[in-house]
Amino acid sequence: MSNPIIKVNNLSKRYRIGARERANKSFREAIVEGITAPLRNLGRLRNLTRFDNGDEENTIWALKDVSFEANKGEVLGIIGKNGSGKSTLLKILSRITEPSSGSAEIRGRVSSLLEVGTGFNPELTGRENIFLNGTILGMRKKEIERKFDEIVAFSEIEKFIDTPVKRYSSGMYVRLAFAVAAHLEPEILLVDEVLAVGDADFQKKCLGKMESLAGTGRTVLFVSHNMAAIKNFCPRTILLNQGKIAEDGTTDRVVKHYLGSGVNTSAERVWNDVKKAPGDDDVRLQAIRAKNGKGEVTAEFNIQEPVYLEMEFCVLKEGWSLTESFHLSDESGLLIFVSGNSLDPAWHNRKRPVGFYRSLCCIPGNFLNEGSFIIKVAIATDSVVAHVIERDAINFHVFDPGSGGVRGDHTREWPNVVIRPLLEWKTEQVPANVCNSCGNGEHEGLM
Amino acid sequence: MIIKPRKGWQLIDFKELIEYRDLLYLLVSRNIKVRYSQTVLGGLWAIIQPFFMMIVFSIFFGNLAKVPSDGIPYPVFSYSALIAWTYFANSVTNSSNSIVSSGGLISKVYFPRLIVPLSSVLSGLLDFVIAFVILIGMMLYYHIYPTFMILLLPIMVVLMMLAATGVGMILAPLNAKYRDIAYTVPFLVQFWMFASPVVYPVSMVPEKYRLIYAINPMTGVIEGFRSVLLGSVAFPMQMLLVSAAVSIALFVTGALYFRQTERYFADVI
Repeated sequence: MSNPIIKVNNLSKRYRIGARERANKSFREAIVEGITAPLRNLGRLRNLTRFDNGDEENTIWALKDVSFEANKGEVLGIIGKNGSGKSTLLKILSRITEPSSGSAEIRGRVSSLLEVGTGFNPELTGRENIFLNGTILGMRKKEIERKFDEIVAFSEIEKFIDTPVKRYSSGMYVRLAFAVAAHLEPEILLVDEVLAVGDADFQKKCLGKMESLAGTGRTVLFVSHNMAAIKNFCPRTILLNQGKIAEDGTTDRVVKHYLGSGVNTSAERVWNDVKKAPGDDDVRLQAIRAKNGKGEVTAEFNIQEPVYLEMEFCVLKEGWSLTESFHLSDESGLLIFVSGNSLDPAWHNRKRPVGFYRSLCCIPGNFLNEGSFIIKVAIATDSVVAHVIERDAINFHVFDPGSGGVRGDHTREWPNVVIRPLLEWKTEQVPANVCNSCGNGEHEGLM
Repeated sequence: MIIKPRKGWQLIDFKELIEYRDLLYLLVSRNIKVRYSQTVLGGLWAIIQPFFMMIVFSIFFGNLAKVPSDGIPYPVFSYSALIAWTYFANSVTNSSNSIVSSGGLISKVYFPRLIVPLSSVLSGLLDFVIAFVILIGMMLYYHIYPTFMILLLPIMVVLMMLAATGVGMILAPLNAKYRDIAYTVPFLVQFWMFASPVVYPVSMVPEKYRLIYAINPMTGVIEGFRSVLLGSVAFPMQMLLVSAAVSIALFVTGALYFRQTERYFADVI
């Protein structure tokens, strides 16, 4: 393997955080404080850029001993909670701010995209802003002239190109800004959460552009909270936690780990104390579980076996007709389905007497894809009153033993697939039809 | 390229500046376009400020206080100084605010930070040129014709720019950290004007103090202006040398200080 294009060695960055202001106890004290304030302010402002006196309590390490390498052409995702150091890392790599210690070696021209439309001036026209923004992002004027028509076409605002951007709608503004950014051709591209702008169509266009950029041997560092986008682009992902690398590996594993860290990982939740259980004065949740066909509580399911979801709850007041529902999401938060018992003939439109209830719902085998799933529970009266809403109530994991089932001869993972249902297929050779008339022939229904 | 904490003092990285010359050019043109956008008078504002100052000064200092003007009509005498002074004052004010007002850029993109105050200083030149045209008109009106000495004018312009850039490079980083500077600059500039020979001639200053007086770089510049344009005084060689030395010293100090402080701009703005 060739030399890494980005090599980061023990990179650390320290920031100073504001010390707590003391509260004044008396009027006299307030006056004394007011008079001595300039001296204190001076000390405070001076200390903004000094770190020599070792008062650890007023500083934080936004990044601490971060080391990694990236090879040419690699698209690297960076994820982590807010404040985990993602943006700081990009800021250091793009030379906006200096590290406190450690070093980073970069071979190639870097463009960073920490926001769209940096340096846009509202008074200038679209045309002028394309040039200004382009040069700010590191393009040469000649380069912009060459790509100008392409940029304008991409932004879809040809008509308004000579209008000051302060008269643009926010959508037009963002489109123009992104059009410029999309035409950067650096060897290394650092992208912070910028795709979360524009309407759905435009986002798709941007993602497509990103994908094609990544396909041409450019190295991309991509910070995002959008796990679907991360999974789409980045084979490898780094998870940051409190300024340190928590995990560095294949995206699937790292994302799973990251999302799993925030939610309850048990397959069963029980609330023994009715008063503290989720719910209102009328209905209270008692328990939620995932069970297999044998009735055992488990968090691991073979892809071929059904998953039984069970909830128990108390009705404390009579007079409500209730609908219990399970909301199933995958680990990226994508809602896959909602299933309620509203059609259950036993309870449909019937007021529930006070008492203890147990509802069971069955997800058939050979329906979900592999992966982790998160269950939300709700108990509501029509769509009027939500008695119980419990998010991230339980979660379970579906695994594929690797033979039989929907998989067939396909042996690798099926990424980006939400469900993997076993559907009925029928294929036959039709002797009467010749191929060039395909499409004109009658379709025989699948029965 | 290696990114790591920087140690020691560094001068301007000219190679990098040249690489980013397109950005400098576009920021200058942005400053110029934006300055008078959505105004009725547009570029006329470049003239109005020094011109009305000249009228006020001519009435109060020239007519009422009878301040001497080296035998030159007071309006031309003051206006020739005012165009240089206005350029200097605006450049110092704008460039010392430039880092803070470009905070959005600085915290989001890398480019040589020096471009920011530099573009403020350069974009003021257009106003200077516009105001200069009026001076030529006034000189014709009063039948004052320059000699070949006018060829030395670019030296004054360069000194004036060096001094303004130097002061800007010192004040801009200070302002990024201590916003007090933004409040200090307006009256600093006012004091500075009365410490420069704008409303009065250098000849009012006792001979033995003149070289000390020339430590103010604008003294040499303004006196030089009057000498090469109006021919009212002999070319102030010695004073100009002192002022030039101070201008260069200011510039170098500013450049060193700016380079030293620019690494934390993004963190303190």
